[in-house]
Amino acid sequence: MNTATLTSPETTATAAATVSEVPVPEPITKIAIICSKGTLDMAYPGLILANAARMSGIDATLFFTFWGLDIISKETVDKLHVPTVGNPSMHIPTLVGGLPGMESLATSMMKKQMEKLDIPDVRELVEILDDSGAELYACRMAMDMFKRTEDDLLPQVKDVISAMDFYDKAAGAQILFI
Amino acid sequence: MTTLEAVGKTIELNNEGFLLDADQWTPELAETLAETVGLGPLSDKHWQVITFCREDAAREGQSPGLRRISKLSGVSMKELYQLFPKGPGKLAAKVAGLPKPQACI
Repeated sequence: MNTATLTSPETTATAAATVSEVPVPEPITKIAIICSKGTLDMAYPGLILANAARMSGIDATLFFTFWGLDIISKETVDKLHVPTVGNPSMHIPTLVGGLPGMESLATSMMKKQMEKLDIPDVRELVEILDDSGAELYACRMAMDMFKRTEDDLLPQVKDVISAMDFYDKAAGAQILFI
Repeated sequence: MTTLEAVGKTIELNNEGFLLDADQWTPELAETLAETVGLGPLSDKHWQVITFCREDAAREGQSPGLRRISKLSGVSMKELYQLFPKGPGKLAAKVAGLPKPQACI
């Protein structure tokens, strides 16, 4: 009978052996993070994850595209905002979120909280990443679209590259889109 | 849990290689722990970091994060990465016999 075959000690032993041979997952050795958003709350996750990777000995490459360019531009790096409109996690009515001063209020509240937790501001985090050996790149197409030049970027940005270049740099990496 | 035969004792480590019993730590053991993570003989700069980490952990009750080390130990972020190229966030604490730091920074 089929049932007998399935429950025979021999089959069970084979199954157990198979289970114990399951290989330990390979550790992550390289991560490539695409930062496409320029709000304060979307700037931090990419930068913190890249930093945590470097702290763990994982290589990190960051590619800043579209509004993500604001994170690495001299003019905007200190002026990133928390959006209060179209952001359901704020738990305030959209109309209230749109009132003058609401966005500045939410932004300064978040910045204060960050300071309390001793989390560096975005400019310092970019410097830390550079010191850690992470590689920061700006997207050429986004640069052209927003009419920015290399002079507009923070000195920690290594190069302005195309999306195809990004894939070359990201060889062997886990890719994360933010 | 794994064990390590070092300095004439059986040293217990957790699965990630962090010392389980902080009291087992000695400077000689730090040299052995450093070897197990691929670091050569420890330099004075390494010791500056290790000493700071142990003192700070004793004060604060937790392993310091990397930014805290770079701000307060006198060893810069860049140097920390040169001293512990395979990940200073984990390795400084590991060699100092402290638990894995909880800080993301």
